Amino acid sequence: MDNENHRQSTADKLVYMANQIATFFHTQPKDEAVEGVAGHINNFWEPRMRTQLFAILEKNDNGLDPLVVEAASHIRRPGPVLA
Amino acid sequence: MSLIHEIDFGTPASRSEKMITLTIDGNEVTVPEGTSIMRASMEAGIKVPKLCATDMVDAFGSCRLCLIEIEGRNGTPASCTTPAMDGLVVHTQTQRLKDIRKGVMELYISDHPLDCLTCAANGDCELQDMAGAVGLRDVRYGYQGDNHVFAKADNVANDRWLPKDESNPYFTYDPSKCIVCSRCVRACEEVQGTFALTIEGRGFSSRVSPGMHEHFIDSECVSCGACVQACPTATLTEKSVIQIGQPEHSKVTTCAYCGVGCSFKAEMRGEELVRMVPYKDGKANRGHSCVKGRFAYGYSTHKDRILNPMIREKISDPWREVSWDEAYKHVANEFRRIQYQYGRNSIGGITSSRCTNEETYLVQKLVRAGFGNNNVDTCARVCHSPTGYGLNKTFGTSAGTQDFDSVEHTDVVIVIGANPTDGHPVFASRLKKRLRKGAKLIVIDPRRIDLVRSPHVAASYHLPLRPGTNVAVVTSLSHVIVTEGLFDEKFIRERCDWDEFQDWAAFVSAPEHSPEAIEQLTGVPPQTLREAARLFATGGNGAIYYGLGVTEHSQGSTTVMAIANLAMATGNIGRKGVGVNPLRGQNNVQGSCDMGSFPHELPGYRHVSGEATRDIFDKLWGVKLQDEPGLRIPNMLDAAVDGTFKGIYIQGEDILQSDPDTKHVAAGLAAMECVVVHDLFLNETANYAHVFLPGSTFLEKDGTFTNAERRINRVRKVMSPKNGFADWEVTQKLAQTMGLNWNYTHPSQIMDEVALTTPSFAGVSYDLLEKEGSVQWPCNEKAPLGTPIMHIESFARGKGKFVRTEYVATDEKTGPRFPLLLTTGRILSQYNVGAQTRRTDNVVWHEEDRLEIHSHDAEQRGIRDGDWVRITSRSGETTLRALITDRVSPGVVYTTFHHPTTQANVITTDFTDWATNCPEYKVTAVQVGASNGPSDWQVKYDEQARQSRRIAHTLDAAE
Repeated sequence: MDNENHRQSTADKLVYMANQIATFFHTQPKDEAVEGVAGHINNFWEPRMRTQLFAILEKNDNGLDPLVVEAASHIRRPGPVLA
Repeated sequence: MSLIHEIDFGTPASRSEKMITLTIDGNEVTVPEGTSIMRASMEAGIKVPKLCATDMVDAFGSCRLCLIEIEGRNGTPASCTTPAMDGLVVHTQTQRLKDIRKGVMELYISDHPLDCLTCAANGDCELQDMAGAVGLRDVRYGYQGDNHVFAKADNVANDRWLPKDESNPYFTYDPSKCIVCSRCVRACEEVQGTFALTIEGRGFSSRVSPGMHEHFIDSECVSCGACVQACPTATLTEKSVIQIGQPEHSKVTTCAYCGVGCSFKAEMRGEELVRMVPYKDGKANRGHSCVKGRFAYGYSTHKDRILNPMIREKISDPWREVSWDEAYKHVANEFRRIQYQYGRNSIGGITSSRCTNEETYLVQKLVRAGFGNNNVDTCARVCHSPTGYGLNKTFGTSAGTQDFDSVEHTDVVIVIGANPTDGHPVFASRLKKRLRKGAKLIVIDPRRIDLVRSPHVAASYHLPLRPGTNVAVVTSLSHVIVTEGLFDEKFIRERCDWDEFQDWAAFVSAPEHSPEAIEQLTGVPPQTLREAARLFATGGNGAIYYGLGVTEHSQGSTTVMAIANLAMATGNIGRKGVGVNPLRGQNNVQGSCDMGSFPHELPGYRHVSGEATRDIFDKLWGVKLQDEPGLRIPNMLDAAVDGTFKGIYIQGEDILQSDPDTKHVAAGLAAMECVVVHDLFLNETANYAHVFLPGSTFLEKDGTFTNAERRINRVRKVMSPKNGFADWEVTQKLAQTMGLNWNYTHPSQIMDEVALTTPSFAGVSYDLLEKEGSVQWPCNEKAPLGTPIMHIESFARGKGKFVRTEYVATDEKTGPRFPLLLTTGRILSQYNVGAQTRRTDNVVWHEEDRLEIHSHDAEQRGIRDGDWVRITSRSGETTLRALITDRVSPGVVYTTFHHPTTQANVITTDFTDWATNCPEYKVTAVQVGASNGPSDWQVKYDEQARQSRRIAHTLDAAE
């Protein structure tokens, strides 16, 4: 990948975006936070973004906010890719 | 077809509900109290002769032509300034009145040229009409005496004579034809609110003067055209009328520039557009216009327009003109090949906020039903997507709450992150009118926008916050209102969730949200913030108007929710004069969102995961829609760079110029195998396109636009498409070539389908629009004529939701390398990426983008006004010329992005709103320094753009 034109990899961006979402829900009432993060990602992230997120979640030191990690079990796993 | 003429009642309507009855020329007339006798007469169909009166401005009583007699009263009062009263008996035509009127006209004409036959106003001149109406047959005084008509008398120069002022590109001022009725001066004051015109001199020396005896172009004139419209003679005349002649028919249509959505009469001669005149019955603009809608339509016939489809293998090849059929086949084959090779989700589309609802609906339908995925997005992504998210969360509807008329009932206005006098000029004029009548104004903006201080308008408070700290400031306003007990408990208990309110109230009351605590971050003096909060909470009807300065931040959605909180806490929702009002950027950005342009939403803001909603479309379209959200524009570009997104159909949007981080956009486009651009011009995005489909202008098609107040306005075809087809026809042909069975023969059928499938549009049809002029959605069984004001009894979601809004600093931070904050905006005469306005004479006002920089920052860097400067961010660098000003604070710089050579978006970063991925255009850390000229990127880009615009014309056989 041409790094000059793509300063951040898509994975880096997804981590950043997920953490931004978590940052918002950290400030919301405790009982809404986990559902909030998962719901937001389910509603707005296209399957290949969520697939990439699950791949990131499997890594150690993935840079994800603990709230995203906690929300992971509520995030829908994308089905098989459509032809 | 004929020319549409609105009735001129002579004086404005009275708002009184008390009715009175009088007798005029033997007719009993009942009118609201406060109506002038002139207007009452016109209500009864009696035209009292008049020159200085017109109903767009208040009565003035100077021309002495509209005199009447009233039984039991002495003299001959002017009907325009005399109020109708119960029981009056009025005569508009008596011998005495006839004599006076004839005498008055005789005096007027004795100082007016008699070149009627060759005059541009011939056939549309009120002076001519009045001479006829009073039966003027002779001018006893002759024309030789003291006059303003002739340049010379007896070979001696006439000091009273002035040459024509042709400095404005769109209209001329011919002082020799002026009758000094002051209509232009009053239109400039009362309608536009600029106060650029005055009457200089006294008595016979009186004349209209732009500014201090300046040329129009050098004066404060903003070229809105109100004076030209008001002028009863040929003194102020559109140059197009001078060139072409008087129009012979007209149609009412809707402006294709900003989200105000002004109604215009397109006045035509055959298929030639003579002029655009604001339509008095237009409910968004009430007969007013700005320089763009009124005059800047020349792009529609500009030589740069591409009229034939073109394709090329590689983006480095020159374009090759092809037939429409070949173009459709090529696109269909390529898209199917890519899907076969890379999967169903490897292509997508972008709908246009400049095209009609019907066209937008078809593009999303093509993506969902034809491509079989949800990869559709629209340029709202980069402007108001946070509005949709934030207002939906808090109120339950992704749209503003009011109509524009509401501003006439407001007492305190907050304008935050918007610059209405430049971005939404006609709304600004309506706002200024209300402010001049006493409403108070609070401006929250890093820059001292015109509204902060302009003639006869001054903000009570200006909170010049540091870019990126909106959430801190708005939350702090709520802190003051809650901690000082100024919230509207009754409203909140009735309309909102009380527990959520208490949770939120406890949150905003925390000491860290006090104005004193946030001053360090925001730079706003705490006392000013406190006083502003008190004014808003206690000043009567409070309305909040906001723009992209709110949404285009990494906390854009949070700010929208903070604004909604503030409105609910102060009880400012659900009636006239209040509300939360997003000022939408483009003409149809509201409509494009309504029509299901977002990758997660079907038409009517219904999530794709909803089975019942999908079912409606599955059945109607005979397909199985995907239940997963698709890619948003930034995600499409990421996926393209990753190699999983390979083809795109872009209708009427220039993402390369308008979207942030140009280099990333370019890399994404370059990685795709089939980029289809459907546009008027070879725009910047087309540099990376493989197929170009020529588009049509708003003058060339039927359809509807939906403006910022949810108003669905008709767009009417006044000329044949120069490229042969309206955009909806092109999309339909493409869909048919891809195997879809579409058979629309008129856009009204597309709207019928929208109404059939979308509850909030259930009652909308072209018949209804024809009858009502326009309607505001929701328009259905519950609201058959639409909904001017929302959330009246209860919120769309039931109870209003208070949401905690914690300030989080953007990661785009200043530091030693990039010590200044860049923010971006618009200017009056230009529009968005400038593709349209740059191709009109509007360039005389703004031929290049300039960098506004405070004198303190300029001095430190040795920069003088007009110097070329280099502006650098973490993303890239570009050069432009500096403009030294104190409108921006030290530490903040500002520029517009209307010109592609500036490439302002080379500098902006890829940070986005946390909820919607709306780019953070409004905050970029930069450094500014002296420069010798264009940057390497600009030079390289220019060359690439030049190369990619080459068109290989097929040679004629004869050659």
